[in-house]
Amino acid sequence: MIENRPVLAFLTHLVLIIGVVIVVFPVYIAFIASTHGSGDFMRGLVPLLPGPHMIENYSFMLNEGISSAGAPPLSIMLLNSLVMAISIAVGKIIISILSAYAIVFFKFPFRLLAFWIIFITLMLPVEVRIIPTFKVVSDLGMLNSYPGLIIPLIASATATFLFRQFFLTVPDELMEAARVDGAGPMKFFRDILLPLSRTNIAALFVILFIYGWVQYLWPLLVTTDSRYYTIVMGIKRLAATADSEPQWNFVMAAVMLAMLPPVLVVILMQRLFVKGLVETEK
Amino acid sequence: MQAKRTVFPNKILPYLLLIPQLAVTLAFFIWPALQAVKSSFEREDPFGFKTTFVWFENYRRLFIDPLYLSSVGKTAIFAVSVTALSMSLSLILAVAVNRVLRTNRLYTTMLVWPYAVAPVVVGILWWFMFNPTIGIAPYMLRAVGVSWNHRVDGVDAMILVIIAASWKQISYNFLFFVAGLQSVPQSLIEAAAIDGAGPFKRFWTIVFPLLAPTTFFLLIVNINYAMFDTFGIIDATTQGGPAQATNTLVYKVYTDGFIGLNIGSSSAQSVVLMVIVIALTAIQFRYVERRIQY
Repeated sequence: MIENRPVLAFLTHLVLIIGVVIVVFPVYIAFIASTHGSGDFMRGLVPLLPGPHMIENYSFMLNEGISSAGAPPLSIMLLNSLVMAISIAVGKIIISILSAYAIVFFKFPFRLLAFWIIFITLMLPVEVRIIPTFKVVSDLGMLNSYPGLIIPLIASATATFLFRQFFLTVPDELMEAARVDGAGPMKFFRDILLPLSRTNIAALFVILFIYGWVQYLWPLLVTTDSRYYTIVMGIKRLAATADSEPQWNFVMAAVMLAMLPPVLVVILMQRLFVKGLVETEK
Repeated sequence: MQAKRTVFPNKILPYLLLIPQLAVTLAFFIWPALQAVKSSFEREDPFGFKTTFVWFENYRRLFIDPLYLSSVGKTAIFAVSVTALSMSLSLILAVAVNRVLRTNRLYTTMLVWPYAVAPVVVGILWWFMFNPTIGIAPYMLRAVGVSWNHRVDGVDAMILVIIAASWKQISYNFLFFVAGLQSVPQSLIEAAAIDGAGPFKRFWTIVFPLLAPTTFFLLIVNINYAMFDTFGIIDATTQGGPAQATNTLVYKVYTDGFIGLNIGSSSAQSVVLMVIVIALTAIQFRYVERRIQY
């Protein structure tokens, strides 16, 4: 701080508090709604203070769900989301670190071609190739299965670039020393490169876990069997019927549960999250 | 492209290491993309029995289709508004956080978590806030004499999706602006202060110009986000309605292709979108390359 200006300091805090209120308010309203009984939404305005039905609503949604809306209990959907998010994160990290290793530490024909093929994935988000990708997955018989939810999403150009960038900073002497000592490429990878990449892997995991958790369009396309619904896509089905039959308390309980795991990851691992975000996007 | 000075001599191993990544990429990215390009030149008869090659007929129809052109316009309004609203709010918050000393971690934590909220969940949160019957926002708007109904009013619907999409993106922009602000040399700011420049003058003449690379990077990322990552927000709030008022290009590809089963037109739309992403990615990477040189 260069000069002491109490008015400006006050304004600064005011701006930040307003910002925090803007960010938190929608979630506060959703939380409040999730603690009320169904009858409380008939009147003109949503309640603004917590009600007494919190535990009841959450345990109802976790254990039973709203079967009339074709939604299984949330505990199943939460589990599916967890499986999907973790598998996508781990899968992306494994295949990206291997391909980055190949590209940086070996010279071979078609190296540049391989690099460009990986690079192209950046330019083909699922939104622009919906139908043909769906067709591939359905031809492979992977609709309504975990592999169908996971494998098509685990190619990753950004993760490959991150590892490539990091490997280029590893001193050449390290590899030369390992080779003098008789270590082969896989031993060097396992015993030297992997331990050095630990922080990068952790930071990337946080970002990719969130990426996997928030997927919506893809699960919507490949799952029609409610046993494979993820919570993020299942919520939409709940909300769609809630409009005619206001069960807002249940919908909002589901919303809170769908947000909680990735938000906790961000809050608890903020340092890794920021590192992962800033580095993968460059 | 760069590799190590010394490399391992293995001939087969690098291919084995690349196989998983390349297999997934070819099967689920490149092959489908080629299929999309191919079917954008074809027309399928209504029963799906035969397809005929029609050259640029699908594209020609697309570019004279008033619905498509209106969707292009809506997408442009949406992308520009989301980018402007979200980036300006984030910049204000980032500058404020950069001024406070003791509490900045706390504020940062409180501001960054929406990054982890799924777009469709963001949509549901704001849809609830703006619900015409029980929502709190229409209630407050009614108190000042504004009537709100995004189910029938196209402008209201557009405002709703812009607010929801901007809200989600605040955390991302905020983090990058904070990182940008921290790399502004303190000595420059102190020198300006000694010369008598007040905080606002310092911001506009020193800090803001030095943030230009961050701002430009975020500009591209935000346009990309608004165009491609907001499918869930639109699906949860307006579903492109009312009367196509919020039907963005990506949402239209989905409804025309997956729901409407008009494969030829949907594929042509996909190809147009691919060209847009390729252009945005190229701009982004060109700029990153240059940034490394400086």
